[in-house]
Amino acid sequence: MRQLVILGIVFALIGLAPFVIASEFWLNLVIMTLYAALLGQAWNILGGFGGQFSFGHAAYFGTGAYTVAVLQVQLGVNPWLGLVAGGLMAVVVAAGIGFSTFRYGLRGSYFALVTLAFAEVLRILSNSVDFTGAGVGILIPLDQGAANFQFVSKQGFFWVIWLMALAAFTVVWWLGNSRFGAQLMAVRDNEDAARALGVSAFRVKMGAIMLSGLFSGLAGVFYAQYFLYLDPYIAYGPAISIESLLVPIIGGMGTLFGPLLGAVGLHLISELTRELIGDLPGISLVLYGILLVIMVLFMPRGLAGLVNRLRPKSAATGARHA
Amino acid sequence: MPEVPMLEIRGLMKSFGGVKASNNVSLTVPEGRITSLIGPNGAGKTTLFALITGFHKPDAGTVSFLGEDITGLAPEEIARRGMVRTFQIVQPFAGQTVRENIAVGAHLRIRSRTEALEKAEAVAKQVGLGDRLDQDASSLTVAGRKRLEVARALATDPKLILFDEVLAGLNPSEIRDVIPVIRAVREAGVTILLIEHVMQAVMSLSEYTWVLNQGELIAEGAPADVVSDPLVVEAYLGKGMAERMARREARHA
Repeated sequence: MRQLVILGIVFALIGLAPFVIASEFWLNLVIMTLYAALLGQAWNILGGFGGQFSFGHAAYFGTGAYTVAVLQVQLGVNPWLGLVAGGLMAVVVAAGIGFSTFRYGLRGSYFALVTLAFAEVLRILSNSVDFTGAGVGILIPLDQGAANFQFVSKQGFFWVIWLMALAAFTVVWWLGNSRFGAQLMAVRDNEDAARALGVSAFRVKMGAIMLSGLFSGLAGVFYAQYFLYLDPYIAYGPAISIESLLVPIIGGMGTLFGPLLGAVGLHLISELTRELIGDLPGISLVLYGILLVIMVLFMPRGLAGLVNRLRPKSAATGARHA
Repeated sequence: MPEVPMLEIRGLMKSFGGVKASNNVSLTVPEGRITSLIGPNGAGKTTLFALITGFHKPDAGTVSFLGEDITGLAPEEIARRGMVRTFQIVQPFAGQTVRENIAVGAHLRIRSRTEALEKAEAVAKQVGLGDRLDQDASSLTVAGRKRLEVARALATDPKLILFDEVLAGLNPSEIRDVIPVIRAVREAGVTILLIEHVMQAVMSLSEYTWVLNQGELIAEGAPADVVSDPLVVEAYLGKGMAERMARREARHA
């Protein structure tokens, strides 16, 4: 319950951003941080709470993004409807990937490699069929207006991503306080023991991958509407998959606030390096790689683990003063 | 007894390559008692547990639980019907507290998180873990982890528990502490089948025992009778041992 209160306060504070930040540049930074937190939280549901390390979350992200874009460009469907369709399609893809991997008990690196392969297959497919615009990509025609999910000011986009992130974080809070979440974590920590206690590992993992896919798909929809351009490499390329897993790993896997901390940390670092080194092509991937190694070696519990390590100390001093 | 037995195994077979881990094993576990399965290392006891609880699929034979055929069902399905096992090598959910560990078991019958946590607390007290509820499960001693295995299984409200060496690795005073816990489980109406190496426990706890050797049942009966069976003595101590012991006893007599 306490976590839910903190969550409410944190999101309320973030919600002040459009009122206190006048600069488009800074508001954009807040939006992109929330967007990264959403991507990371989506991955965290399956990877952090379920222990299933996916290297191919771009599969769901890209599906959400392409669904909203293709429906709009090819069939003239309103993007708000496309938002629903994109989320659903991502869930369907997640269910398909989940079924074909969990059914056969793929775990650990096998699962990771197969998810990577699925994302790559989708990338190649979207590169070769016509209705996605193939290698040229797909451009959503500019037609500004809230009814069109193309806000004139950044504030509109802010509220959309704020709501999406809030939904994802609330679901993850629920994971920590529900039977489904308890069973998911039991499967993560010891699948055989969980099954012996009556937990259907397959069903629980399917639920997790579908939830995870849903939020990744929503992030994809948001991306498509925010930038109005997609190509196979953006939608299904490895960059999104890497960002999805890097955010919670930096922030703290299997924790509620980890992805938020990770998103902030990652954005601070990448902005900082851009200032220092400039826009050297590929430098961010080099940096991400180094960061990943450092985190896994020295801070396996991420920034959230660091916060937790500091907290009992201050609680102890507080008790001494009392 | 005309009533349906708790657990009935008929002609269970399982081979791993050329090794017959389970060779035509049949036994019937009656309701409401503590029975046990003993045998030397590698006799196939744990394999038999895995076959009964769905972790391995038998090559042939049937397992029925409360009159229903459950052969080849998934472990979680079998647990849902009321039969749970513990693991010889303890399998805590590391990183979770004792309370959270036990609650996973409680969630089998309880949807509400709050109620499951309350149930976990009650079960923890029952097995003597009441003072370690908020400890990380991985920080428990071996004896503590064994208790945790018992508690998690118990929290599922089972009809039959299969304990796989819950006393192995404990010192004599810890064994003396855990034996009453197991007895209390039976008193609460749960049928128990034990795999055990600690003979003190087998003798004092179980009313009936089966002896497994190289995948086959070689003896059964009251523990006191079974341990003096020449076949059993030879299975444990080697061929000719029963005869030598009998001769020595005759000399001393």
